[in-house]
Amino acid sequence: MTNPLLKVDNLQTHFFTPEGVIRAADGISFELFPGETLGLVGESGSGKTVTALSILRLVPPPGRIVGGRIEFAGRDILQLNPSELRKIRGDRIAMVFQEPMSALNPVLTVGNQVLESVLLHQKTSRREGRDKTVELFKLVGIPSPEMRFKAYPHQLSGGMRQRVMLAMALAGKPDLLLADEPTTALDVTIQAQVLNLLDELKKTLGMAVLFITHDLGIIAEHADRVAICYAGKIVEMAPVRELFSRPAHPYAQGLLNSIPKFSSGKKDLKLTALPGTVPDLKHLPPGCRFEPRCPRSRPACREYDGELKTMRAGHLAACINPLNPGE
Amino acid sequence: MRKLLQNPQALAGGAIIFSLALVALLAPYISTHDPGDPNLWAILLPPSSHHLLGTDDLGRDVFSRMVFGSRISLLVGLIAVGISSLIGIILGSISGFYGKHIDSIIMRFVDIMLCIPTFFLILAVIALIGPSIFNIMVVIGVTSWMGVTRLVRAEFLSLREREFVLAARAAGARNYRLIIRHILPHALTPIMVAFTLGLGGAIFIESALSFLGIGVQPPTPSWGNILTEGKDNIDIAWWLSVFPGLAILITVLGFYLLAEGIREFSNPRLKK
Repeated sequence: MTNPLLKVDNLQTHFFTPEGVIRAADGISFELFPGETLGLVGESGSGKTVTALSILRLVPPPGRIVGGRIEFAGRDILQLNPSELRKIRGDRIAMVFQEPMSALNPVLTVGNQVLESVLLHQKTSRREGRDKTVELFKLVGIPSPEMRFKAYPHQLSGGMRQRVMLAMALAGKPDLLLADEPTTALDVTIQAQVLNLLDELKKTLGMAVLFITHDLGIIAEHADRVAICYAGKIVEMAPVRELFSRPAHPYAQGLLNSIPKFSSGKKDLKLTALPGTVPDLKHLPPGCRFEPRCPRSRPACREYDGELKTMRAGHLAACINPLNPGE
Repeated sequence: MRKLLQNPQALAGGAIIFSLALVALLAPYISTHDPGDPNLWAILLPPSSHHLLGTDDLGRDVFSRMVFGSRISLLVGLIAVGISSLIGIILGSISGFYGKHIDSIIMRFVDIMLCIPTFFLILAVIALIGPSIFNIMVVIGVTSWMGVTRLVRAEFLSLREREFVLAARAAGARNYRLIIRHILPHALTPIMVAFTLGLGGAIFIESALSFLGIGVQPPTPSWGNILTEGKDNIDIAWWLSVFPGLAILITVLGFYLLAEGIREFSNPRLKK
């Protein structure tokens, strides 16, 4: 087996607010291999975005990474000095954001913004960089790229803007792309286009993708493995098929139940919602964080520290009373 | 730009500034007499067709002196405000972008500067280093940057939280690029307003200094020192005091109107 490209080990990112410490990421661990797509799934506030920002060390204050290791290509990102860090940002790890309208600078033309990334990461003259930018526009499927070079973000549609964001991220030919809900702000049809584009680019460029989303449907089609986040912890991690066919954690089961299934043939298409809400990250329940909402809870759950246990090969879950238990 | 001219305030202010700039530029062609040439046979003449705004106690033509004085006013205004804006933009960007201790230190420094009555500070410094046009420009510049600093800092404080800054950072951009290329362009309109307002203020300070006799030194004409010379004869020659005063008033007003116009033009919330 090859070495992992990215290894996040027990990452703890906390926000120190006047109201108390918010443990946004509290012991997140996972590995990502070259060329692989790992889907990071969870509700709002489960720590997905914070994990991605931690990987680039861009957690906004009052947030701080308080513990853990993030190893990228054998180097500990948390130990790098600012100039080493800049060489990784955009160059080896790039990020695509959820809302391209706010992630693009409204006063600069999209061409210049992409050009800036090109000049930052490739040693070329301005003129050559311009050609490369147009090249990138073509790569991400922007029609008439020469003309679009001079467009401002507000003159483009949502899908085009997200393509520009992608072009910007690809400028440094990264090994790892952090995609933070890249299609959430788009129409469903445009969503499909961008996702297929992402798959294609991944194949041609051979990069690994950390795909953050709350949409399990997207994960089913576009990811190799899935990690499910709940209240700052990963509760289950498995290959996509495995997770969809044999979920172990009751929370994963709950998420799957809340997806409409049109193929089941039943007339009554009532969706099952999970009871309760995500716990307050400032006052977490003792033991398993899902225990208060869990249909399978036991007294022992309140003492369980949420450590991931191997269910089957490659399938981890943080549950002492799992569904579909392994051998 | 065309839309800006549809704003009546900006149009009026712009017209005043434009004519003033034209007068300053074409001073040798517009003036009717040599501004420094005394004529003992034409002392304290009231305005007439020959001397448009009359003559002073040395028989010099007031109109010509004021035309040349406009050069001083505009020059002092532009350079002084240029200096103060530059200081303000640099300190304000650093303060707002980096925050924390750097911000506290710069802001306390601003507070200290604001506590000192600027005009008296300028008076003291000029008295110490001697009056010259260059000294006046520099001293006005380095004592009036606090407003711009606060303004730029406030803009940066909110802009640095925007997602495109995070995105640019994620792409590996350096801090100075973030400041100059990504954030500063957003703050340009308020800076332009401050710049225009500052011009009026600087011209006013220069006139006041020259009026007190420690500004632009005679025989170089400036609106301020024409006014000073006029005050000795104010009971018999009103034109010596009224016209330079009016010129200062109209100029400052012109800059204020223009600033107000730019502000209104650039703020969508104030549009009807």
